[in-house]
This record gives sequence, structure tokens and C-alpha cells, in this order.
Amino acid sequence: MDGILMAFQGALSQGILWGVMVLGVYITFKLLDIADLTVDGSFALGGCVCAVMIVNYNMDPIAALLMATLSGVLAGAVTGILHTVFDIPAILAGILTQISLWSVNLRIMGKSNIPLLQTSTVFIGFSEMTGIEQSESALIIGLLVAACMVLLLYWFFGTEVGSALRATGNNENMVRALGVDTKFMKLIGLMISNGLVGLSGGLVCQSQKYADINMGTGAIVIGLAAIVIGEVLMGRLTSFHSKLIAAVAGSAVYFLIRAVVLQLGMNANDMKMLSAVIVAIALAVPVMSAKISQSRGYDPEGKEKG
Amino acid sequence: MLTLKNVSKTFNKGTVNEKKALNCLNLHLEEGDFVTVIGGNGAGKSTMLNMIAGVNPIDCGIVEIDGVNVSRDPEYKRARYIGRVFQDPMMGTAAGMQIEENLALALRRGKRRGLSWGIRGGEREFYKNELSKFELGLQNRMTAKVGLLSGGQRQALTLLMATLEKPKLLLLDEHTAALDPKTAEKVLELTKKIISEQKLTTLMVTHNMRDALSIGNRLIMMNEGSIIFDASGEEKKKLTVEDLMKKFGEASGGKFANDRMMLGT
Repeated sequence: MDGILMAFQGALSQGILWGVMVLGVYITFKLLDIADLTVDGSFALGGCVCAVMIVNYNMDPIAALLMATLSGVLAGAVTGILHTVFDIPAILAGILTQISLWSVNLRIMGKSNIPLLQTSTVFIGFSEMTGIEQSESALIIGLLVAACMVLLLYWFFGTEVGSALRATGNNENMVRALGVDTKFMKLIGLMISNGLVGLSGGLVCQSQKYADINMGTGAIVIGLAAIVIGEVLMGRLTSFHSKLIAAVAGSAVYFLIRAVVLQLGMNANDMKMLSAVIVAIALAVPVMSAKISQSRGYDPEGKEKG
Repeated sequence: MLTLKNVSKTFNKGTVNEKKALNCLNLHLEEGDFVTVIGGNGAGKSTMLNMIAGVNPIDCGIVEIDGVNVSRDPEYKRARYIGRVFQDPMMGTAAGMQIEENLALALRRGKRRGLSWGIRGGEREFYKNELSKFELGLQNRMTAKVGLLSGGQRQALTLLMATLEKPKLLLLDEHTAALDPKTAEKVLELTKKIISEQKLTTLMVTHNMRDALSIGNRLIMMNEGSIIFDASGEEKKKLTVEDLMKKFGEASGGKFANDRMMLGT
């Protein structure tokens, strides 16, 4: 029984650490209306940079997280420039960056994975400082970081620039007519988003104690699934901060579901399939229900059904 | 206030779809001029407004607003001088944002946007006050999402947004054409009221010839990317719909006016 509880606690803290990435995906997918596929690459980039900084350069784990964030920001800038300066469709710009990051990440690490066995991490540092168990410190730090990011984003998207950024995703033509450089807004949005993704990659790398070239594969789908789950959980709440919280909560629930499914004996490799199915269903349900109610409501006699 | 010198624009240059939309256009507006613009489909009315606003770059010529040459400035930079209302009520507002958020975005048109709060304390009262003048009841729904409003309400809101921060030039591109006749009339009344109160320099494209005649102090008629008729003051007051139809017939080489112009009378 204890084993199962431990597994769920681990899943919960993983979910919250990944939740920081989901916040990033929320910015591009929900606010800017861009499906940014850079995420798979920039998540791994954050992890790789973090590992290399700690292992090869003996960097402080917190400073390494900052480097991971910065690397994500740069990756976002590359996608942003491809999209805004060269007018490459956002989805393709993201794919180009993601693919090139695969090579970049291998170059950064020099091999396909780096273990962090002998080194300190923010989680070890925190548990040494406070005396709490390491497994709990992952949860506490995760919650702290996620809460800080939610607050920071809530503040930023309430400012003049942040409002202009939200409006850009809403109605680009109008925002331009009101004197906002919408291309610059998209660039900023992609940079902030991927900065969060990079930070999340760094956190996950430190908590699982290794960085791997594959650690970001499917991250975008996990992000979308978490957003969808969050919307189902907290769909009635409409304020902006509750939507941000819902994104993180969605991530936690996603990882809990995952833990349950794995406990039930499902192959871990099938999890990506399950995530994709969750997202596809979530996107398909509103469309199909509208179509079905339209065709059911049709009446050749000219009588409208209530 | 506004000067266009030899402005030309050709779309899809060098392809089979080549379309000369503006042909060495010249126009000068004095401060406070309220000009109505008429002409058939494809005459270049909307293109002229878009070229003034900087939606697409012009091929040649000069656009000057209040003595400043803005010919090569992008749309978002010119926005500081220009308020715009579009034909499509969906285009002028952000549907997923609140009424007051939309207004706050509009109040900052052309200004530097920083990291201070998007809506500051005293603004809400100001917005309420301005909205209540419209008598649409919107002043009590400040935090409602704009997507919940009707087309007419959204167009009225867009009009307020375009003029909240007084523009040097107001561009109205058939802004009542997508509304039902009653709503169109109401939005037009609001338009006239705001323009006369703020003494705005305005270009208004319309398909309704009666409106074009009864509103404003000057009327221009366009055909094939040029201005073919320009009447102001007393001359404009004496014009009738029949006069305009005749002018239009002459200009288009005897071809009869198109259906929309007929219906507009």
C-alpha cells in the first residue's frame, strides 16, 4: 500500500513540475492561438542545458535552472523569428525549431543522456536545508515554483503589454489598428512560453536525476491533454488566474491518471497513444455534438424543435 | 490634415490576377472635413482607406497625415493618428475580452505600452460615462465579454474605441453596411454626433447615396482607382441622387450603375 501511495505522490510532484510547462503551452495555445511544436525540443533543451551546467560546469542547481529557462527563451525566439519575420506558418516554424533542437541537444550533451548521480539538485538542497524528505521536497518546490509562475503570469497578462498580447491572439487586425506591433507580441509570447517550458525541463531533469535526448518527446501532447483536463475540471471558472491554476491542476491530474493506468498494468509506452486519444476526443466532442444536434434538429415539415 | 500625392497600388503585379486598385490618386483633406466616398465595387474605395491606414504598402506616391510623411510606416505606427471602423462588426473588437478591456486597449492607441496595469483606477468611470452616452445599456455590462454583444452593439463599441483617444483622422469603411436598417440608422446617428462633437476629420465610404449626400461637407466619387468627381460645400448641397447616377454613368463609359448602387438609393 505504501508503495502505491509513494507512486501517487511521485506522480503528483511530477505533474506539478510538468505543470510549469503546461503554463507555457497555455500561453501559445490558448492566448495566442498557436499550436507551438517547439515545446518538445525546448523541454529537452532545458533538461540538457541544466544537466550540462551542473555536471560539466559545477553550476549551482538554481543558476542551472535559470540557464535552462534562458535556453528555452532563445528556442522560442528562433520559432518566433521564423514565424514573424519570414512568415513561416507557426506550426511549421515550431517543427523546424524542434527538429533542429534534437541535434543541438545532442551537441550540448555530447551523448544521448547525462545522469546527475553525484551532484546536488534544488530538491536535495531543499531537503538538506529543511530536513524534509526528498520526495516531499519535490512536491513543495514544484508547488512553490508553479505558484510563483502563476502569479507572475497573472500580473504580466494584466499589464498594458500583456493585455495587448492577449488581444493579439483574439483579434490581430484590431490590435494592429490600435497601434500594437502584433509580430513583436507573438515573438514575446513564444519566448515567455518556451522559457517556462525550458524551466520545467530543468526541474524535471533535476527531479529524475538525469537528462535524456528523448525527455521532451510528446511534451506538446501532454501539455494539450493537461489543458483539456484542466478545462474539464474547472471549466466553470472563467477568471484568468483560475484558468492558469487549472492548467497546472490538469497536469497533476494527467500524471495521476497515468500512475493509475500504469498501476493497472498498462505498458508505459502506450501512454503517448492514450494522451493523443484524450486530446483528440476533447477537440472532437464539441464539434461532433454541434453537428449531431444540428442534424437531429432538422425537420422537413418546417417545424422547429425546441 | 490628410494629403495623398500620386498614390498607386497594384495587387498581384506581374501575374494574370494583376489588378490596378489605385491609379495616381491625389486627395487633400482640410482639418474638420467630413468626406463621404462613393463608387462601384472595385472602384478602390476600401483600398484607398487601407493604403492610408497602412494595411498594405503603397507602390508609389506619398501619404501625409497632419504634415507627417507616413508613406512607409507600418500600420501599427500610423495607428497613433488614425481611428478606424470596419465593415465587419467582428473586426473592430476582441470577442474574448471584456468591454472595459477592449476600451482600455483603445485608450492606449498609438501610445507606448508598458508594464503598468492594463486598466487604471479612474478609467472605469470614464468608460462608463462614455458608454452611457450611447444609450445601449452597455455601461452596466462593463465586464461582459464582447463576443456576447450583437453586431450593432459591437459596431457602436468599435466606434467609441476608434474615437476614445481623439484621432487626427477617422476612417469608416462601410461601417453600417452589415447591420439591419434600423441599427444602421442608429449607428450612423452616433457617428454623426461623435464627429460633430469632436470635429473629427473623417473619410466615410458608403454604398448608400442618400447618406453620402446628406452627411458631411464633401463628397468624392471613385472609379477605377481614381477620384472622378469631387463636390463640397454649396455644390454638394445641391446634388441629388439622380445627379450622382448620371455622373457615375458618364464616368463608367455609359455602363449602368451596379445593383448595389441602385439598391442604395
